[in-house]
Amino acid sequence: MLIGRPRDIPSSEITSRTAYLSRRQWLAGAGALVLAGGPAARARASGLGPIAKSTFSVDEKPTSLEDITHYNNFYEFGTDKDQPARNAPGLLKTRPWTVRVDGECHHPGTIDIDDLVRTSAWEERIYRHRCVEAWSMVIPWVGVPLAAVLSRFEPTGNAKFVAFETLSDDKQMPGERSLGMFPWPYREGLRIDEAMHPLALLAVGLYGDVLPAQNGAPIRLVVPWKYGFKGIKSIVAIRFVTEQPPTFWNMLAPGEYGFYSNVNPGVDHPRWTQAKERRIGEFLRRPTLPFNGYADQVANLYSGMDLKVYF
Amino acid sequence: MSRPVRLTAQAVLRIALHGLCALPAVVLVVEGLSGGLGANPIEALIRGLGDWGLRFLVMALAVTPVRRLARLPTLARYRRMLGLWAFAYVLLHVSAYVVLDQFFDWAAIGNDIVKHKFITVGMAAVTLLIPLAATSTSAMIRRLGGKRWRTLHRLVYVAGPLAAIHYIWMVKADIRQPVVYLLIVLLLLGCRVAFLAQERIERN
Repeated sequence: MLIGRPRDIPSSEITSRTAYLSRRQWLAGAGALVLAGGPAARARASGLGPIAKSTFSVDEKPTSLEDITHYNNFYEFGTDKDQPARNAPGLLKTRPWTVRVDGECHHPGTIDIDDLVRTSAWEERIYRHRCVEAWSMVIPWVGVPLAAVLSRFEPTGNAKFVAFETLSDDKQMPGERSLGMFPWPYREGLRIDEAMHPLALLAVGLYGDVLPAQNGAPIRLVVPWKYGFKGIKSIVAIRFVTEQPPTFWNMLAPGEYGFYSNVNPGVDHPRWTQAKERRIGEFLRRPTLPFNGYADQVANLYSGMDLKVYF
Repeated sequence: MSRPVRLTAQAVLRIALHGLCALPAVVLVVEGLSGGLGANPIEALIRGLGDWGLRFLVMALAVTPVRRLARLPTLARYRRMLGLWAFAYVLLHVSAYVVLDQFFDWAAIGNDIVKHKFITVGMAAVTLLIPLAATSTSAMIRRLGGKRWRTLHRLVYVAGPLAAIHYIWMVKADIRQPVVYLLIVLLLLGCRVAFLAQERIERN
């Protein structure tokens, strides 16, 4: 009874408050149309150009756009799941936007998001998304392999890790004001071989359209074999570094959130069992897969490592 | 003439209060059925029921301090009502966890209780509330005798803080709201301790 949610938008509130979202709302209302109908048309409208299909996509039913965009962890805009959708679209200024890239590389510089959008070969990657809180979604991202972007800056041999930073601006981000004791900005990191893995994605869109603010506009990281919090949102800085960089959740609770945070049903979180997950929109919990089902592609990155120690 | 009229007014008030106490549950169910609980309705329902369990527990614990400090002896008759509604919400909260969240996966539930401390203390709090609810009838009070009944019902001094700690340990990072609940519970229980001490002094 609780799971049979209507496909159309129950909340008229959001539409009226942020009128510019109306097109997206209509898309969500169209339900199946979102997937079946004209990605090319939407791509033209979004300015993302042609969006290629990818063999990395999973053959699973994508979660509805409504759920993907109204159930978010983006603490800069509030700790409740519905707060980012209410706060971020009106507050987060996504243009102009640049990403500083520096550290251990031959050509440090900046990425202008509009240049990136114009010059990149965008792909749709339908990925599983597993949150550390034991829920999951299937999300049709639009992105470009992280490796393709990082390579432009020619990392040196000293670049062992890649550090990422989210925008930190308490004028745009009410969550930063109310959670002043947190170590802002939000930071994440990957080992260089993880960052260069073909599954690691820099996403600028979902469902064929530009990324909504609450999902980490204008540019975010997607690492589908890791827990969702590794997918840092609204990136403003990328740095090649020699040492493992500090990461936000690990700084807050090192016993709960490791640097690696690969999806692992065998390692329980102190709060949530990780053996099963609730796929949003489904009633029964389903078993969680090692590396979120991407073990064939990524398990070799961790050969010889004790994943109970490096959780 | 005035006596039956007054009783009727009180009965009406009681019914209205019961209706008010049931309202949050009705709202949650209606929202759940209409899609108003968002992308993860099971989680929203469980949290909503837990919130209300804690709120009613706080209200029930507040009756005696408010009655004494505001000199409103008639409030006493609503204490049992609020306590039982607290238990009802807690029971619905646990049932929703067992049925909707875990769907009777007893192995997973057992694992949760053993391994996840917020579930451990939550289950402990519920368990402690069961004998209190079971002995809430006037007949049971008579059977146990006032003194023994009061001693038994002091279990709420343990269950209340455990419920608040359950909430604190459930929250990922922003524990301000659950901490406020814990402080309120401790303040209300502190009032009771102060009253007891006062009575003891007055008696001597």
